[in-house]
Amino acid sequence: MLLALSVLIFILLRLTPGDPIDAYIDPNVAISQEEMAALRARLGLDQPLPVQYFAWLSQAVQGNLGYSIQRFDQTVAGLIAQRMGPTLLLMAAGLTIAIVVGITAGVVGAIRRNTLPDLALSVLALVGISSPAFLTALLGLYVFSVRLNWTPSGGMLTPAAPFSLLDLLHHLILPAIVLSVGYTSLIMRYTRASMLEVLNQDYVRTARAKGVKEFWVIVKHTLRNALLPVVTLIGSTIGLAVGGAIFIETVFNWPGMGLLLVDAVGSRDYPVIMGATLVIGAAVIVVNILTDLTYAVVDPRIKVA
Amino acid sequence: MSALTLSASGPLARSIVRFVDNRAALFGLAVLVPMLLAILTYPLWLPYKPNDIDLMAMNAGPSATHWFGTDGVGRDVFARTLEGGRISLLVAVSSVVLSTAIGFLVGAISAFGGRWADAIAMRSVDLAMTLPPIIFLLVLASIIGSGIWSTVVVIALLSWPVLSRMVRARLLELRERDFVMASRGMGAGMGHLLFRHGLPNSIDILVVYATLQVANAILLEAGLSFLGLGVPPPAASWGNMLNAARSTAVLEQFPWQWLFPGGALVVTVLAINFIGDGLRDAFDPRADL
Repeated sequence: MLLALSVLIFILLRLTPGDPIDAYIDPNVAISQEEMAALRARLGLDQPLPVQYFAWLSQAVQGNLGYSIQRFDQTVAGLIAQRMGPTLLLMAAGLTIAIVVGITAGVVGAIRRNTLPDLALSVLALVGISSPAFLTALLGLYVFSVRLNWTPSGGMLTPAAPFSLLDLLHHLILPAIVLSVGYTSLIMRYTRASMLEVLNQDYVRTARAKGVKEFWVIVKHTLRNALLPVVTLIGSTIGLAVGGAIFIETVFNWPGMGLLLVDAVGSRDYPVIMGATLVIGAAVIVVNILTDLTYAVVDPRIKVA
Repeated sequence: MSALTLSASGPLARSIVRFVDNRAALFGLAVLVPMLLAILTYPLWLPYKPNDIDLMAMNAGPSATHWFGTDGVGRDVFARTLEGGRISLLVAVSSVVLSTAIGFLVGAISAFGGRWADAIAMRSVDLAMTLPPIIFLLVLASIIGSGIWSTVVVIALLSWPVLSRMVRARLLELRERDFVMASRGMGAGMGHLLFRHGLPNSIDILVVYATLQVANAILLEAGLSFLGLGVPPPAASWGNMLNAARSTAVLEQFPWQWLFPGGALVVTVLAINFIGDGLRDAFDPRADL
């Protein structure tokens, strides 16, 4: 899958408008056809495409993704390495909030099904799924930063201030909550549906019949089994969170991969676009594999072959 | 509606009854239909055009003359929201038509076309589903360029894989049914199998997918335009109107310029999702059991 992804990205890279050689030539210097051909040969651009692909791949695997066209002297790998941390931090915070709130709300909805709290939660979840991340982000920014002035309006740290954890958290809290909104809704809906299904199982009735306390019926007998599909959901939709992170980083000026990618697309910086895409795509594939493995841990019926 | 009154009617009638019984779906219709009417007919009754400039009222707040206020160059936000709805829906519906056609064909061919066709089609589906949609969208948009029709193509190219998986699953099951075997035995060609047997038997999947995908496509279009890669100004779309809010002045001082298109976006998507969920439940033959 990773190889297929790399082929796809390489093809896309070559489909990008413009000759890659243009980036190497100073437009103010006259250059002859022979010199062009020599340069092409030196850069390997006269080779057939499959040869170019393997040359690119062997470099990419070693962490050499080329140089940024727009930010001179910056390697793509270096840029990505700088931006990876903030994005991981944002996503970890957002996912934690989403998992805690989503599962709690889902369990509450399932236990008190068809009551007022359940209906309210369901409607909220639908609104959460229907509102795009950038709109939630704008609204959050408007309410909490502009009107209430509780949180800073962007960035990750206060510029020119000494680093402090509190400052970081202060900048992190709003983007993380916004990122979690859509995910929370999704997790809540899944947890609720899956809880309802398990609550109807015979073994839950058996547990109740033998006098297990209701709290333990919910936590041990129902929740543990109901969480299986939720684990899959969290892993397999990680791409959604990545997508949301792109918009949120743009709105909050969060110095992560998403902002890097959007800036690169804006300035047509193709090596950076492709490098970032490759890294994000690879990360998503790895998370999906990890999800499958986690599944085997959570569900004793599944054995990893 | 009780099961007794249903038993005499046909499956389609039963589906309709189930849909009408669904309060959320009806609510969705009740919101969407007036909205569509307003969007389609606004040039007939609204005195402002989306690109008319009123220099006497720049950045004016909502008032009796300009219901949703005006933007930075004095264009009526209400007119632009309606025009934006037109463009957003145009992009969404065209991309859905395109992706439904691709999704059905790929799914059907991989179900009926033999092992190799299946393997190739399903691997390309896997590949297309690997990348997070927004990222793929960004990369494609950066290559194809911005504009209404390239936005349509980009969104369509991205959304067919899910559908083709569902169609394939349905048709694989169908392929083994007696009537399809009989028809193959009598020499029916691919076209006959696809459109006489495949299409009618997966129409429910297509309808539900298409409805929910319209909502999805509206969100994707808005996202792309928000990042400045979708529908380019001066044309209005909900996404590029929200793009204006990336400037701090607009975000802080003129909230009506982005709150109204944003609200229209969420309400429309919500309504379509309600209708789509209602359709899915209505088509599910197990619902009455």
